[in-house]
Amino acid sequence: MTAKQTQWISAFGLLAALVLGAGCRQDMHDQPKYKGFRPSDFFADGRSVRPLVPGTVARGHLNDDALLYTGKIGENFSPEFPFPVTRAVLERGQERYNIFCSPCHDRVGTGQGMIVQRGYKQPPSFHQDRLRQQPPGYFFHVIGNGFGVMPDYAAQIPVRDRWAIVAYIRALQLSQHVPAAELPPEDRPKLDQAAVKTKPQAGSSHE
Amino acid sequence: MSQIFHRSANALARATIFGAVFILGVLGYGAMLLNRSGYVTGAHVAIEQPVPFSHKHHANELGIDCRYCHTSVEVSHVAGIPPTKTCMNCHSQIWADSPTLEPVRASFRTDQSIPWIKVHDLPDFVYFDHSIHVAKGIGCASCHGRIDQMNLTWQENSLQMEWCLNCHRHPETFVRPKGEVFNMAYKVSSRTQETLGPRLVAEYDVHKEQLTNCSICHR
Ligand code: HEC
Ligand code: HEC
Ligand code: HEC
Ligand code: HEC
Ligand code: HEC
Ligand code: HEC
Repeated sequence: MTAKQTQWISAFGLLAALVLGAGCRQDMHDQPKYKGFRPSDFFADGRSVRPLVPGTVARGHLNDDALLYTGKIGENFSPEFPFPVTRAVLERGQERYNIFCSPCHDRVGTGQGMIVQRGYKQPPSFHQDRLRQQPPGYFFHVIGNGFGVMPDYAAQIPVRDRWAIVAYIRALQLSQHVPAAELPPEDRPKLDQAAVKTKPQAGSSHE
Repeated sequence: MSQIFHRSANALARATIFGAVFILGVLGYGAMLLNRSGYVTGAHVAIEQPVPFSHKHHANELGIDCRYCHTSVEVSHVAGIPPTKTCMNCHSQIWADSPTLEPVRASFRTDQSIPWIKVHDLPDFVYFDHSIHVAKGIGCASCHGRIDQMNLTWQENSLQMEWCLNCHRHPETFVRPKGEVFNMAYKVSSRTQETLGPRLVAEYDVHKEQLTNCSICHR
């Protein structure tokens, strides 16, 4: 073998090693660190997302505003909201209501949602006197703690959004319970027409 | 000594030189295609999960919003995979005896996570954040495709750097009104997008010129 040939062979070998080496470059792709939801073989339950040690209070999470976090004043459900209800709050509430409540309670609150149509227990309509008379704090309490077979939404909905939803439910209840005399004059003809065709669907005007 | 090769061999020799270049070209092109194919990127391969969860069923037919389950997508870098409790909200009553759902019930009883298989997986040296994309009017469907039509979830796009950059260079061809981010069926129409796109990019204050800086994604 001449020197030239050896040179060629080693150059080829080097090239092949480079090409093949480039194929196994996974160590920077899979670094030994935890990103969200990555499993762990260190902790017994296999989760890298650690639950809080019971009793821990994170900075800024003392939650000492009883009204905001429990919906109660003393022992009773609060008749008022912990912050002013503005248009922005109502719009936020509408959005969150449609995400989290409408699958069962439907968009108007009559309790005919899609999941109910597939066999879930039918919830009561929000438009009955008993629920119209409940204070906002009661609805807040139901969202965070569940009611009967209804699951609680404490893990899915932050407290401010829960209050926004309550405000929107109040708006829905009003929308279904306006005395005809209080309607703005331009809406009266609509009601009269609708009443002839079907029963009025005032809630849909919020869509 | 007579010539071994006929004169015409010259032409042949030239042809082979060209041929080699041509073959290398084809090989190179083939490698490029392979590198972008689903075989390498994992795109378009439906992943078997411990529970055959169907987005088509839940998101499309039942009309459940993405945020019912992926609750942190608007506020965090991860969209989040729902905890078993979220499934049990409904499945404590619906299909409560179905054998398909036994792993979900077992997970709820024993407090052991359901071992969902990751479908999208960026390399660890890439930083990605959902909240900024959602806040700037990029729809789930622009990156994940029609999830609401998938029975088993698959990755729709390559997730290669080239793919990210294609949008970071031209966000105006992809942005949509914020109200349409979660609308899977929204179609970016080429006619209106010409005027709508640049307007939204300005309105959302998207800094196009920074979006290709290496340090945005490699930090
Ligand atoms: C998975 C279906 C489901 C979802 C989603 C749901 N609920 Fe319910 N809800 C029910 C059922 C069922 C009942 C009736 C429970 C019973 O009587 O055992 C109910 C009852 C209620 C009641 C009535 C309590 C009473 O005094 O009668 C309120 C208020 C309520 N839900 C609010 C909400 C709000 C607010 C949301 C959204 C954050 C929501 N629900 C989401 C199923 C659901
Ligand atoms: C009922 C709950 C639920 C709803 C609603 C839902 N998802 Fe999911 N999603 C899941 C679960 C569970 C998984 C994990 C199993 C899988 O990958 O299919 C998942 C996985 C995903 C993944 C892949 C995650 C990965 O591993 O990389 C994407 C992307 C996704 N969902 C997007 C969406 C979008 C977009 C919507 C709204 C159209 C949506 N999801 C609605 C529960 C839900
Ligand atoms: C700009 C592109 C883009 C958009 C828009 C986008 N995603 Fe993703 N999504 C990704 C990428 C990339 C990953 C993989 C992240 C990783 O591996 O770290 C991912 C991962 C996920 C996952 C897996 C869990 C996680 O957080 O890593 C879920 C669930 C998900 N996306 C849901 C959604 C939903 C719902 C929306 C719409 C609100 C959405 N995505 C919008 C690109 C996008
Ligand atoms: C908001 C209610 C709701 C939530 C939350 C929900 N599902 Fe469902 N799911 C349903 C309904 C309703 C059906 C059945 C619909 C029908 O009868 O066609 C169903 C059907 C299924 C089926 C098919 C069952 C069978 O035996 O064929 C599977 C699997 C399933 N869901 C898994 C899940 C998983 C996993 C989660 C949690 C990530 C989840 N679901 C969360 C409402 C829900
Ligand atoms: C469909 C369009 C689109 C795609 C695809 C896309 N992005 Fe983006 N990305 C955007 C827009 C728009 C912004 C917002 C820019 C701004 O606010 O100035 C953004 C912002 C970001 C930011 C935050 C920038 C900052 O200033 O902090 C990161 C990080 C990012 N993208 C990473 C990625 C990665 C990684 C991928 C590929 C996996 C990707 N993006 C794919 C459109 C996209
Ligand atoms: C929009 C986000 C984004 C920006 C900006 C970006 N990258 Fe990347 N980069 C990625 C993603 C995503 C990957 C992973 C591609 C894959 O998985 O194949 C990647 C991969 C790479 C790799 C390849 C590593 C490998 O093993 O294949 C290099 C090198 C790299 N980037 C360098 C750069 C440089 C240099 C810049 C600046 C000019 C840059 N990147 C800007 C998103 C980005």
